[in-house]
Amino acid sequence: MQKTVKIIILFIFVFVIGVFYISLTRDTNYNTSNLINKETPDFKVLSFDESGHFTKKDLKKNDFTLINFWASWCAPCKIEHPVLMKLSQAKNLVILGINFKDKNTQAKNFLNKLGNPYDLLAKDKIGKQSVRFGVYGIPESILINNDLIIIQRFVGPLSIEDYKNIIGIIE
Amino acid sequence: MKFNLFLFLFIFFLKVSFAAEKAVDPNLIHKNLRCLVCQGQSISDSNSDFAQTIKLVVKDLIDEGKTEEEIYSFMSDKYGEWIVFKPQLNIQNSLLWILPYIVLIFGGFFIFTFFRKRQ
Repeated sequence: MQKTVKIIILFIFVFVIGVFYISLTRDTNYNTSNLINKETPDFKVLSFDESGHFTKKDLKKNDFTLINFWASWCAPCKIEHPVLMKLSQAKNLVILGINFKDKNTQAKNFLNKLGNPYDLLAKDKIGKQSVRFGVYGIPESILINNDLIIIQRFVGPLSIEDYKNIIGIIE
Repeated sequence: MKFNLFLFLFIFFLKVSFAAEKAVDPNLIHKNLRCLVCQGQSISDSNSDFAQTIKLVVKDLIDEGKTEEEIYSFMSDKYGEWIVFKPQLNIQNSLLWILPYIVLIFGGFFIFTFFRKRQ
């Protein structure tokens, strides 16, 4: 009987230590690793000039597409803008900019001032389309191939390392 | 005649009560979704931009006729399982769901044998 009690106490001890270990070492920050290698979700975003819509079918003809969520009110978007300008010169890559919860005039001013790196420009006025991509803050960029598979996601402003990474993938 | 009227009312109220039971409550869904940009708040508690957008999407999904489980599944698909407060029943979480029952059974068995031996 005493042996059974000892085994149970030992089991409870190991279990409690195990639970603490898993809880303390687990990364509770949201990360996008589980979304890579998944198919691009269905979407329908309004073009910036409101002349039509873009869907994922429009991206199928491109070798690679970088979907970039941005806004004029977003300070980190200004930081990543030179990187996007550099990426716009790359062959094999089409950049779809989705203007997120922004005012038209301010978005236009932003692009006039800093340059327009986007081959395709759309807007998501109330942010509902961004949820389809699992976006929860901007800037965020999603690199997809012509099979419409998500190859890489970049949460936060694109850096020079990200630029090199993208160039390495598309060339 | 009275019987037919009774039957009609019975079926009518039965349908109404079932419809009410099946209706998806958006507030319940908001409470079970985590605000990813807040500290420990649910979508229901938060006034953040992210929470407002998620509320709009939940409303759209309900209007599309999605069930509560389908909405959680949609959100988990987009943001990972972390967004749902209530853990889903799958292989990774199986221990979480099964362990209380195992402890209950073994604990009950242990107490039973302990008292039996003392007697």
